[in-house]
Amino acid sequence: MPTLITASQFKDPDSAYVTLIEARRGLSESEAAALDAKLVLILANHIGDPDVLKEAIALAKAGR
Amino acid sequence: MTSAAGERKTIYHYSYRRSRDQDAHVPARHPVVVVGAGPVGLTAAIDLALRGVPVVLLDDSDKIGEGSRGICYAKRTLEILDRLGVGEGLVEQGVTWKLGKVFLGDDLVYSFDLLPEDGHKMPAFINLQQYYLEKALVDRALALDNIDLRWRNKVAGLEQRNDDVRLTVETPDGPYQIDADWLIAADGARSSIRDFMGLGFRGVTFEDKFLIADIRMTADFPTERRFWFDPPFHSGQSALMHRQPDNVWRIDLQLGPEADVEAEQKPERVTARLRKMLGERDFELEWVSIYRFNCRRLDRFLHGRVIFVGDSAHQVSPFGARGANSGVQDAENLGWKLAAVIAGEAGPGLLESYDLERRQAADENIAHSTRSTDFIAPHSPAEQNLRNAVLDLAPRCDFARRMVNSGRLSVATVYDTPLSTPDEESFAGSARLGAPVPDARMRKADGTNCHLVSELSDGFELLYVKNGVAPSLPDGIRLTEIGTGLLDDRGYFAARFDATPGAAYLLRPDQHLCARWRTCDAGKVRAARDRALGR
Repeated sequence: MPTLITASQFKDPDSAYVTLIEARRGLSESEAAALDAKLVLILANHIGDPDVLKEAIALAKAGR
Repeated sequence: MTSAAGERKTIYHYSYRRSRDQDAHVPARHPVVVVGAGPVGLTAAIDLALRGVPVVLLDDSDKIGEGSRGICYAKRTLEILDRLGVGEGLVEQGVTWKLGKVFLGDDLVYSFDLLPEDGHKMPAFINLQQYYLEKALVDRALALDNIDLRWRNKVAGLEQRNDDVRLTVETPDGPYQIDADWLIAADGARSSIRDFMGLGFRGVTFEDKFLIADIRMTADFPTERRFWFDPPFHSGQSALMHRQPDNVWRIDLQLGPEADVEAEQKPERVTARLRKMLGERDFELEWVSIYRFNCRRLDRFLHGRVIFVGDSAHQVSPFGARGANSGVQDAENLGWKLAAVIAGEAGPGLLESYDLERRQAADENIAHSTRSTDFIAPHSPAEQNLRNAVLDLAPRCDFARRMVNSGRLSVATVYDTPLSTPDEESFAGSARLGAPVPDARMRKADGTNCHLVSELSDGFELLYVKNGVAPSLPDGIRLTEIGTGLLDDRGYFAARFDATPGAAYLLRPDQHLCARWRTCDAGKVRAARDRALGR
């Protein structure tokens, strides 16, 4: 049973966050949406596990 | 498909003839009545007739209409048509193809070869106007004296009784009644049989509208399926181009959900759109239609003595050529089973297996066709955003190319079915339990070339790889010995069936593999055959 990892994996989480923020700095809403869509596809393929993908979607869709 | 087009021109005209049944005092009774003389109804009628079952075939029209409509016929369908006696002529008449190319704008992003291997009689696909297929099948049906094809016989009412179905049929001479032990409803997406029985036909309707145009044009475009996302000549939408015989080309242009159906069908409007694609080339419009697509099916295809086949049972979008192909495959699945039921050879499970196997096929076809249509015509800006991201990445990333879906083309379904005897040993190769056997170029005993699939009988058949003495078989199973009856000097059979000396493969009358063994005896073969007859 594959499991989505939710414990922090980055040595420097702040810097990882900044990397993602900087990628979209200066982009319009639609440009950012296009970037996010491509990122989702690239990272999903990198993970390559449909069960993990489904878990991630469920987590993202769940309320707080 | 839901067409907004008007009446079609007539290509072939037949004539109504009064039947003796119209003068009968009590309704005449027939073992099988097929309603609808399209490709599916004709296939069902011919298959049953060749199995010795007389068929009455009713059609509400008396002509074959213009419009190519279905154009792509897949390898398995061609093998079925070949068994019925019309395959070779159609392949000769059609345009053979196997390459597909997908463009993003002007750039090629993905291409596929649908039949990369050698040694098959039938090609991956032919393109052929549907009226030519129907003409060939009508000619074949008319040549069989146990098919009674009745034009302008429109079913106006249906009564399901204990042992048969009573039909009221309208003709130019007024109505009459006939009784059918079995009724095959091949009357299309707008099936009136389905309506008479009040059956729900549920699924998804896609909002996008598509222009479908057949044009006559002399051009040297390659013989391949070409699909564009966002082409320069039709910005922001998709386009599809296919070659047909007689210099006819099929062009499909996506118009979006807001398109005005009336305005878009006007010849000047269509011509202007095509000009952008074709430049100054001369072309003539043959047929134009605007469609919205549906993916839906009946909950069950078998309702007592009424059996649904083809579009009356299930409907798909055209991307993938799964409409006519799956309908013809419904008909072939039903033919031998119904013939066995009528002959009293079948167990109670056999007809039920038509419902089970062809619902599997319909679900597979609907799933593929829905995915393709979702990709081509996303339902919302958010979905379009992700689709465009795939297209944007496709030229750079293999994973994204593999997601580009302009239609996954029809291949035969592998049935997960109680008619199959589970394997006791493992087999490699492309032959699969529950699937039509792969073809293989072979030689007959006299050394002449042949193909396996064309050499098969219409009944159960055991392909036995020679190793000493062949098992003695129960009646009703033909033995073909590989090594004496058919020679595999090229090794296609060995590779595709993972054949070893003494191995045996039992085929259903529809050429599907239903059991195989490394070594077998008469008892195993008999048990597997009985199982495949639903006993």
